[in-house]
Amino acid sequence: MENLLNIFVKSIFIENMIFAYFLGMCSYLAVSKTVKTSFGLGIAVVFVLSITVPVNYLLENYILKEGALSWLGEGFEDINLSFLSFIMFIAVIASMVQLVEMIVEKFAPALYTSLGIFLPLIAVNCAILGGSLFMQERAYANIGEAAVFGFGSGVGWLLAIVGIAAIREKIRYSDVPAPLRGLGITFIITGLMGIAFMSFMGIQL
Amino acid sequence: MSSEKEPLFSSKNLKLLTNPLGSQNPITVQVLGICSALAVTAKLEPAIVMSLSVIFVLIFSNLIISLLRNTIPSRIRIIVQLTIVASLVILVDQVLKAFAYEVSKQLSVFVGLIITNCIIMGRLEAFALGNKPWPSVLDGLGNGAGYGLILVIVAFFRELLGTGNLTLPGIGEIQIIPDALYNAGYVNNGLMILPPMALITVGIIIWVQRSRNKDLIDAS
Repeated sequence: MENLLNIFVKSIFIENMIFAYFLGMCSYLAVSKTVKTSFGLGIAVVFVLSITVPVNYLLENYILKEGALSWLGEGFEDINLSFLSFIMFIAVIASMVQLVEMIVEKFAPALYTSLGIFLPLIAVNCAILGGSLFMQERAYANIGEAAVFGFGSGVGWLLAIVGIAAIREKIRYSDVPAPLRGLGITFIITGLMGIAFMSFMGIQL
Repeated sequence: MSSEKEPLFSSKNLKLLTNPLGSQNPITVQVLGICSALAVTAKLEPAIVMSLSVIFVLIFSNLIISLLRNTIPSRIRIIVQLTIVASLVILVDQVLKAFAYEVSKQLSVFVGLIITNCIIMGRLEAFALGNKPWPSVLDGLGNGAGYGLILVIVAFFRELLGTGNLTLPGIGEIQIIPDALYNAGYVNNGLMILPPMALITVGIIIWVQRSRNKDLIDAS
């Protein structure tokens, strides 16, 4: 339990998808103009991440990893399909995003229209694939850890995009130098937020 | 088919190659491919390797999609594109693991993340689906180079100011800041190696570029 909590806090604050690894920057920059839409996108990312990471964990451990196929019986022990992981992960992600899109369209049509093009683009959001690849690289011990990691990274991403959207709503009234307006200042603010988030470094629960 | 053959490097084609380096730069103007751009720029060597990988994937995915553009049904084009890009990235990943293991360890997940690099999908959607193969190749090369240019600039400043060294592929680490300067009290700025400074460096590059080229200024 303590371990799970540790992974959760770590994935939100210390190894934040945006501030530490810059994953999902494209939609982060494009959608963060108002808090409302960015919150919707953030929720979608949390949802997709907490589904795809555990699913990909099962895929990795029971099909792709070296020796993972041993449950099939003799002769399958030394098959290593890990070179296929990119294609398999992206296929799982693309189909999950399709699912989320259908659910959101059915139950939250207002959110669906305001998210517009960005919902299908979650499939190519680096944060989603990044979550699965980090899960593979860090080799979590069981599916619970992987699920908590996926959920935590999603929450971290949500936190970051809502934070920057709130700042951008306010900054519209400030006198930013013309060449810095829009993209430039957003980059610099994200950098400063990243420095603030670095103060969580080294926290162990 | 037109009877006149367009020269391979007509001025129109050449524009495809040079525009992404400046006024149409994928990172600072089109805002594509930021994700992987920043994380690999703490040192010069991984930045160069990453740029080369992206250029390779971009050229060949553009070429393949452009060759197939009339046969791909538009409803499933995203899946087709992802499959082609993923196969090319697997190729790059395996080559890097075999011949440049150290760098591939440093790049870790970011090689895989080329698949979801918005530059690739963006250029496939915006260009390769509607253009002939040769212009698509040039477009891929140009955008890849524009991406690489920013990556190398950011990595250059971050490594130089952060550690005082530059790491070049095949040569290794070279000390740039002379010892005399350290003796005089110069101290490396350790903050430059940390992730947030990559964002701020790109922000400053955007600032410089937009103050030189007023057309790019964001009106809103």
